[in-house]
Amino acid sequence: MSGAESTRELTMSRAMVSAIAHEMRENDDVFYMGEDVADYGGIFDSTQGLREEFGYDRIMDVPISETAYIGAAVGAAQAGMRPIAELMFVDFFGVAMDQIYNQMAKNTYMSGGNVSVPMVLTAAVGGTYNDAAQHSQTLYGTFAHIPGLKIVVPSTAYEAKGLMHNAIRDDDPVLYMFHKRLMGIGWMPAPDGPKTPVPETDYTIPFGRADVKRDGEDVTIVTLGLHVHRALEAAETLASDGISAEVIDLRSLVPLDTETIVESVEKTGNLVVVDEDYRSYGVTGEVTARVAEEALDALERVERVAVPDVPIPYSRPLEKEVIPGTEDIVNAATRTQ
Amino acid sequence: MPHASENTLTRLYENMVTARYYEERLQEEYLEGKQPAFDISAGPIPGELHLAAGHEAAGAGVCDHLRDDDIVTATHRPHHIAIAKGVDLKRMTAEIFGRETGLGKGKGGHMHLFDPDVNFACSGIIAEGCPPAVGGALAAQKRNTDSVAVSYLGEGAIDQGAFLESLNFASVFDLPVVFVIEDNDWAISMPKERVTDVENGAKRADGFEMPGVRVDSDDVLDVYDAAGEAIGRARDRNGPTVIEVQVHRRMGHFMGDPETYRPEADQEAAAERDSIVRLESDLREAGVEDDRIDEIRDDAHSRVDEAIEWAKDQPLPEPGAAHEDLFVSPASGVTDSEPDFEAVGGEE
Repeated sequence: MSGAESTRELTMSRAMVSAIAHEMRENDDVFYMGEDVADYGGIFDSTQGLREEFGYDRIMDVPISETAYIGAAVGAAQAGMRPIAELMFVDFFGVAMDQIYNQMAKNTYMSGGNVSVPMVLTAAVGGTYNDAAQHSQTLYGTFAHIPGLKIVVPSTAYEAKGLMHNAIRDDDPVLYMFHKRLMGIGWMPAPDGPKTPVPETDYTIPFGRADVKRDGEDVTIVTLGLHVHRALEAAETLASDGISAEVIDLRSLVPLDTETIVESVEKTGNLVVVDEDYRSYGVTGEVTARVAEEALDALERVERVAVPDVPIPYSRPLEKEVIPGTEDIVNAATRTQ
Repeated sequence: MPHASENTLTRLYENMVTARYYEERLQEEYLEGKQPAFDISAGPIPGELHLAAGHEAAGAGVCDHLRDDDIVTATHRPHHIAIAKGVDLKRMTAEIFGRETGLGKGKGGHMHLFDPDVNFACSGIIAEGCPPAVGGALAAQKRNTDSVAVSYLGEGAIDQGAFLESLNFASVFDLPVVFVIEDNDWAISMPKERVTDVENGAKRADGFEMPGVRVDSDDVLDVYDAAGEAIGRARDRNGPTVIEVQVHRRMGHFMGDPETYRPEADQEAAAERDSIVRLESDLREAGVEDDRIDEIRDDAHSRVDEAIEWAKDQPLPEPGAAHEDLFVSPASGVTDSEPDFEAVGGEE
């Protein structure tokens, strides 16, 4: 981030909204569809204030018909517009999965690159507030698995803005997964960290470029979203135990910045992958496999910290048990030493 | 004159005051520890809480016709329906408080209540209770029983594919299922007229060759009559029905909803139209003494208070329990070894 730019400190939601507003002012083809995005301003503040500036025509409250409006975003995008559609909770993907998995993700490829789908699908992800099995998932792996979607996961306000600018301008479908706990919503206090200085100007963060959030020598912690902050907290604790942890924020899952991860592991020899998604067939397995393919000799120890393969339970002690905490990261990193 | 007998009236009343008081008490309990700055993660009740005050007529008026073997699927706003269906109040409350002795051992929570003893279930995803209700009706039909299924949904959910597909499926196979739309005018912040093409959601039935009935007020006796006819049709194997009931959202979409999008006049109107008050005057008209009305209400309140106190005394689950209950059979299925074909003359 350039120090010369004029910046101000924003919550993640304000940063996300400022990028959307900027793009909407610049480009009449950009519009937003979702449930409770107009008067309410997004249940998680993802569109706060946009209806006031752009009106109902461009900030559209739509029927609770995800198949129809996500599919309509695909169609409008193919017709040359730049729609943003919002899944209020990523968990609601199921009711519209064909439009996401078979249309949005595949039309470009099936057309031999002759059709483009310049849309953004935003979705709130994550738990930690006891909303149980149908409202707490991240589903990173589910979406990253299907070829044809670019997938970004901001961890701070700075990333939220830069990734959103790029997502709207990109000519391909981008899934923008924002963690509820990071947004800075009044009724769901965010941890320290996601509220950062944000340049006033527009700027784009490239997909596929991870960010080393903390340098270290002994162990590489790779993570994303909320768990960037938990990993940074863990790194503090580890430092006081004499373990120097490097923390890598993936920022995008597709494309995945294998190079930055591999470089780090070649330095530290130890890999801890932390994910708020289910353990099996997900981010932790994928990152580990990539490192194994590229730098098996450098790899001494691997630890995966993720949700054990159960749905997210409701009761507090149960949810705390399954969603990786700072202590789980500390313990995993310590085991590698 | 009401069609329901005095016994029915008092039963409906008992049910509705239980449901109303239950929501009022949960509201109190939920907000405790979340004040003054509302923090969803604080207080004795975890997670989101969608309360159904103002919806009671749709629960009581329909479920009064049902037996334990009839199937109900409810929505993310399920308490009044669960109470009307006879779900165990203590274990439901323990679940809402996230306790070990709750219906789902603390795993499900308030949007995901399952009580197989009375065939009640609910789901946190809009309209997704419709297909399973249709499946319950299909099972009844295949087994040649006279049980029926009822699927509840909100007016915001009538634009979901799952509902429309369920209507067609139920109609094609003449299934014994009743779809009950609770129209509280608001899909969170979206007023019905802005996101739905019809004012009367029961009209959805027209395209699927089944009766669609709208009960324009939340007078529980009108609901009771309409539901009686629809459930009777289903039990007699005459196919599905859609009923829409006008209800009122008295407590916001979820606890903590500022409702800044909602005109005050609309909130006030919802508060004024109270189906419970109306039923009280029906009871008096039917000759039920005030003392008796008070007694029913007091008993209901005691039962609710008792359930809440009991629930709060229950232990939280052990963290390790999070890893249990994913399957009921072993992961390997019904067997842990392949048959030994050599023993029955396999290849030498």
